[in-house]
Amino acid sequence: MYVAVKGGERAIDNAHAWLAEERRGDTGVAELTVPQIREQLGLAVNRVMAEGSLFDPDLAALAIKQARGDLIEAIFLIRAYRTTLPRFGSSLPIETAHMACDRRISATFKDLPGGQVLGPTFDYTHRLLDFKLAAEGQVPPAPVAEAPAGDVPHVTSFLNREGLIEEAVPEDRIPPDLTREPMELPADRALRLQSLTRGDEGFVLGMAYSTQRGYARNHAFVGELRIGAVAVEMEIPELGFAIEIGEVIVTECETVNQFKGSKTEPPQFTRGYGLVFGQTERKAISMALVDRALRWKELGEDDEGAPAQDEAFVLYHCDNIQATGFLEHIKLPHYVDFQSELELVRKLRREAGAAFAAMQEAAE
Amino acid sequence: MTATAENTERKAWMGTLASAPAGRVSALLAALGERPDHVVLRPAEVGSVMVRGRAGATGAPFNLGEVTVSRCSIRLAGGEVGHGYVQGRSLVDAEAAALVDALMQTARAGEVRATVLDPIAADRMAKRKARAEKAAATKVEFFTMVRGED
Repeated sequence: MYVAVKGGERAIDNAHAWLAEERRGDTGVAELTVPQIREQLGLAVNRVMAEGSLFDPDLAALAIKQARGDLIEAIFLIRAYRTTLPRFGSSLPIETAHMACDRRISATFKDLPGGQVLGPTFDYTHRLLDFKLAAEGQVPPAPVAEAPAGDVPHVTSFLNREGLIEEAVPEDRIPPDLTREPMELPADRALRLQSLTRGDEGFVLGMAYSTQRGYARNHAFVGELRIGAVAVEMEIPELGFAIEIGEVIVTECETVNQFKGSKTEPPQFTRGYGLVFGQTERKAISMALVDRALRWKELGEDDEGAPAQDEAFVLYHCDNIQATGFLEHIKLPHYVDFQSELELVRKLRREAGAAFAAMQEAAE
Repeated sequence: MTATAENTERKAWMGTLASAPAGRVSALLAALGERPDHVVLRPAEVGSVMVRGRAGATGAPFNLGEVTVSRCSIRLAGGEVGHGYVQGRSLVDAEAAALVDALMQTARAGEVRATVLDPIAADRMAKRKARAEKAAATKVEFFTMVRGED
């Protein structure tokens, strides 16, 4: 039951004024600028863009500043802003085969066309705190080498030549959009992928990890992980042809999974797919593992009753904005709800007390 | 409509304008001198485009997330219609891109290309080359230890 009550405006205004002051922190310390966040906290910016579902590094950096570094709050701000934008249309599917790769590795093939390109990675660092970063200093320029021309081929295309891996057959239908229509189950793969790519990194990671630990184990190898810039093209109705309307950085992960075959499919490798805005490789790998686990029905695998196979469980709980909205609303005033609960408990106690008294009287 | 020689060229310059960093198109247009007479057909506006990917890179499309885009349409006094689409949230860049698109359809195309498009394309190439060269330096060169079996 909801009853309008007044009061609290002054307290709220003052709380927000204090919030602004706390956000700024010690004024003896220089204020953070939005470009500083964009340039120097790039992976936080990437996470906010991926889960906020809007590629705009400046906006994501602003949201992080406003949210005092609370990334879920920043994602909330981006999601709210996104709803105010008119949508001009949808792009043609991006061609990750033409990606300008900053990083491209394969855990399944050592020697492969295009090679193992590490890119700006934390891998192979010692994870020791670097106290030099606590002091200001110049960074020496990164070494360069002559860059090969041309596209870097996808790893799965080599396996496909032998027919050892399932193919991702091109299709051209309009995918469902959960930002326009409420998600309905059963969800097709397109809807699952949209839900996972904007899902909470921690949740998707936990689900992916559960498959590695044995809950619907699917023996994933990272066939390929690539990070880089991809052009975005859109058909422009007033022109009658497609033009490039920008460029996004994405992380793509293709897993190659062991598969013994089923009633409907021959023994071959199967695939899981992750594609996420920004340099977000933990998320992209997690997404690919969960995507593969959720494909059990179409591959004719057994339902092991594992959480990662349960699309209602995964898809309805992976969105951190829905989750935090419902979770945090219980801290807002529920005075009337609670009052009625209180009345109910008092009534039950009165009744129980009366019944007990009546029983004692009867016994005497 | 299929791509003709004419719209292939236009597609290329519109793509160049779209990917320019914020403020660049309007700054370079200003270098061309006074803006030509024009009427605004569709005022500059900020919106979004839903970016799609494909499952397994080549399979069925799915919605990945949106990107901010600004657009504007104008008509020059001579009748040429220009459309500007630029990534991000810059209304002035969208209008400048529409003017450049229209001017590229006039006799001033050569001058506009040299002043506006070529510098943007050169910057983009340089930036892309610099990243590709850094990536190339991180390519792993495997070598096999001699086993001494012969």
